[in-house]
Amino acid sequence: MSTVDLNPGSVGDDLKESATRPSRLVARIWAQKQGKVGVILTAFIVILALAGPLLAPLVTGYSPTEFADRPFQTTGIFGTDNLGRSVASRFLAGGLLLLAYSVLATALGLVVGCVIGMVAGYAGGKTDSIIMRLNDVVLAFPQLVLALLAIVVLGPQGWVLVTVIGLTHAPRVARVARAATLGVTSEDYIRAAEMYAMPRARILSREIFPNITGPLCVEAGLRLTYSIGAIASLSFLGLGMQPPTADWGLMINENRIALSIQPWGVILPVIAIAILTIGTNLLADAIARATASTNVETS
Amino acid sequence: MTSSTMSGTATATDTALWMEDLRVVTHDGTEILHGVSLTLFRGEILGLVGESGSGKTTAGLACLGHYRAGLAYGSGSITLCSREGEDVQLLELPEERMRRLRGSRVAYIPQDPALSLNPAIRVGEQIREVLDIHGYGSSDKERSARVAQVLEEVGLPSTPAYQRRWPHQLSGGQQQRIGIAMAFAMTPDVLILDEPTTGLDVSTQSHVLDTIRMMTQQHDVASLYITHDLAVVAELADRVAVMLRGELVEEGPVGQLLAAPEHPYTRRLLEAVPDLAGKKVLTATNELPTVSRTPGLPAETAEEPNRSPLLTVRDLRKSYGSTEVLKGVEFTLEPGQSAMVLGESGSGKTTLSRCVAGLVDDYQGVVALRGKELANSTRQRTGDQRQDVQYIFQSPFSSLNPRRTIGQSLTVPLEMSQKLPPRERRGVVEEALDSVRLSRSFYDRRPGDLSGGERQRAAIARALVNAPSILVCDEITSALDVSVQASIIALLNHLRAERGLALLFVTHNITLARHIADQIVVLNQGVIVDAGPVDEVLEHPTHDYTRQLLSNVPTL
Repeated sequence: MSTVDLNPGSVGDDLKESATRPSRLVARIWAQKQGKVGVILTAFIVILALAGPLLAPLVTGYSPTEFADRPFQTTGIFGTDNLGRSVASRFLAGGLLLLAYSVLATALGLVVGCVIGMVAGYAGGKTDSIIMRLNDVVLAFPQLVLALLAIVVLGPQGWVLVTVIGLTHAPRVARVARAATLGVTSEDYIRAAEMYAMPRARILSREIFPNITGPLCVEAGLRLTYSIGAIASLSFLGLGMQPPTADWGLMINENRIALSIQPWGVILPVIAIAILTIGTNLLADAIARATASTNVETS
Repeated sequence: MTSSTMSGTATATDTALWMEDLRVVTHDGTEILHGVSLTLFRGEILGLVGESGSGKTTAGLACLGHYRAGLAYGSGSITLCSREGEDVQLLELPEERMRRLRGSRVAYIPQDPALSLNPAIRVGEQIREVLDIHGYGSSDKERSARVAQVLEEVGLPSTPAYQRRWPHQLSGGQQQRIGIAMAFAMTPDVLILDEPTTGLDVSTQSHVLDTIRMMTQQHDVASLYITHDLAVVAELADRVAVMLRGELVEEGPVGQLLAAPEHPYTRRLLEAVPDLAGKKVLTATNELPTVSRTPGLPAETAEEPNRSPLLTVRDLRKSYGSTEVLKGVEFTLEPGQSAMVLGESGSGKTTLSRCVAGLVDDYQGVVALRGKELANSTRQRTGDQRQDVQYIFQSPFSSLNPRRTIGQSLTVPLEMSQKLPPRERRGVVEEALDSVRLSRSFYDRRPGDLSGGERQRAAIARALVNAPSILVCDEITSALDVSVQASIIALLNHLRAERGLALLFVTHNITLARHIADQIVVLNQGVIVDAGPVDEVLEHPTHDYTRQLLSNVPTL
């Protein structure tokens, strides 16, 4: 009928190229509309937060803690705050710490949660039950309440903030990591690694971990969003960043009494936090969608 | 019946479905089906044969006006001539009318009955659902009567108690018959069967095939039976169509096509089918020498006194909960010997092979290597013992880590045995790749880039890098096409001759016996019912179960 290669089962030396090679993860994220929006929004705030502290004195002429005028005046670009400092300057300088703390807290939560979840998922049985029930106990406390408790006891230092937010993330990450691990441990390549008596730690790090990065990426994005929210809330409550540090959460608290006459001191940080959380959330969703298709091997 | 629109077919009145020059493309424009033309006649079964990726399922689903995600209609037409006498252009129908045709005029029986039945709906209700959706009859009573009737037709009890069962309370064969009942509930014109017996044992398979044949003839339905198993087609189909890479290469009556295939691909496919008589030489790739089927190491070594066999299994018992899977299994394996462990699903054959490999750690009984008892779990066995017994997994799609290269996966056994310095490992792995006929460039590829057969070769190579003396193969060809299976069998025979490997070949496929094994052990529900040299067991089976297995084997 036609000339076709009659060697479908041949084992020749010529390598078969996969016809449709999956595009790279970054390309797949960028290809989605919400991925694009997420990347742009997140990048905008990150650049603002990183470059802000350097730019603040240059743009506004005042350092974040310098007095510019009387409180709640309209001098300068965005007026002055409750103590008469430049809102613009404080806004530019106020994002860096928030961002750094939330990234650190997320990283800590991911590492701890991932280890707990993978061990529980892989070990199974009693170990699994004990770890996960303890997890549930921690989960029963609202995240902010635990954070408040720790800060009241240990004082509002940076490391306390990062540690306490990070550790309250851990049980939530652990649940995701455990679920993903369970899906992988039933695969034969884990059985094969066990057959060759590969040390358990290496099975976790080499065989299991690379196969659960998809769900973990998504969880990381989500946890970053929560970290930003939690740290900003704590600062608003007066238990996060301490005055006179310039910080978005703190700024909202300081300036809310004059919302009607000088709104910029509240509106600017609110918008920035909103953009950042929306951006990271969209990005996390896009990563989820991008990894979902290629994460699992189709046979 | 108005048949004036039909042309070119003499028996137009009998035509039920008429596919002409169908082309299906992917979304980026690559053509998957290159103009397939098929005609289905009433009361006849057309077997559509091809290997995985040949487009047979795509063609079958097109008859339902359905394309899997990523595929789209290219060109061509499908005409359905329904019982009412009107001809319908299937592919031009609006979606809503197409939906009404599916299940009522064109029915589909999918591959895995366990997945295709809704586990949360009782079986009677699932059949009822089809009738309800398509508005069968005029009253509830009529529909209930039809459910009972169709259940009886497929050979299942029609009692209300049976109808109230959940899918998980039925066996695989019964589940598939429920699927058949659902498909026949509306007495369709055309039935598409997509490998409906692939997951079933031979005896269950033969029951299901009987049901399909009977229902097709009784109800004058045109069936399209999609499969990769030529032996099943030989038993069931009236005509056969062979597909290769999206093209129909040959079509004809079953007897003629199987006896005198014209297309070289059909011949190649037929050659690769294992036969019980073992007369064929399974060297589909024509590159491996045939192995004489006398054992690698002849009897003289076995006569030495006090020499213990390579592998001894004594009184092996294992239960999962209160279910005993292995009830005192005993056999021995001599060096260079190949033993087939034959059993249907649930016979405990996988558990047995995993006990030998040390993957199940709470069995009772003795597994001894050269007279030395092995610890239950691989972790407690010595490095040498671990190296000597190597296990190959059933599914090549799950036994290699998708995130690691073939080289990395194949180095693991060497890395764990710590016998070679890291620099020399790559060389050993590349030699192993050579011996399974894979190019050395596979070292840096990931499993996702490989076909099923290539992956299974890589998995075999992983078992070879440690130079074992026993290879435990657990159903390693059941996930593969016949031609790939033939080449894997040829490869194993070659390795056996070359390295004096002993083989424990676990399978449900009795037709492979003479191709791979000298000894055979028949396992039924955790008990060995028959054992001995292959020829003896196949010719003079001592147990009813073995006889029954032999009688149910579909042959060409």
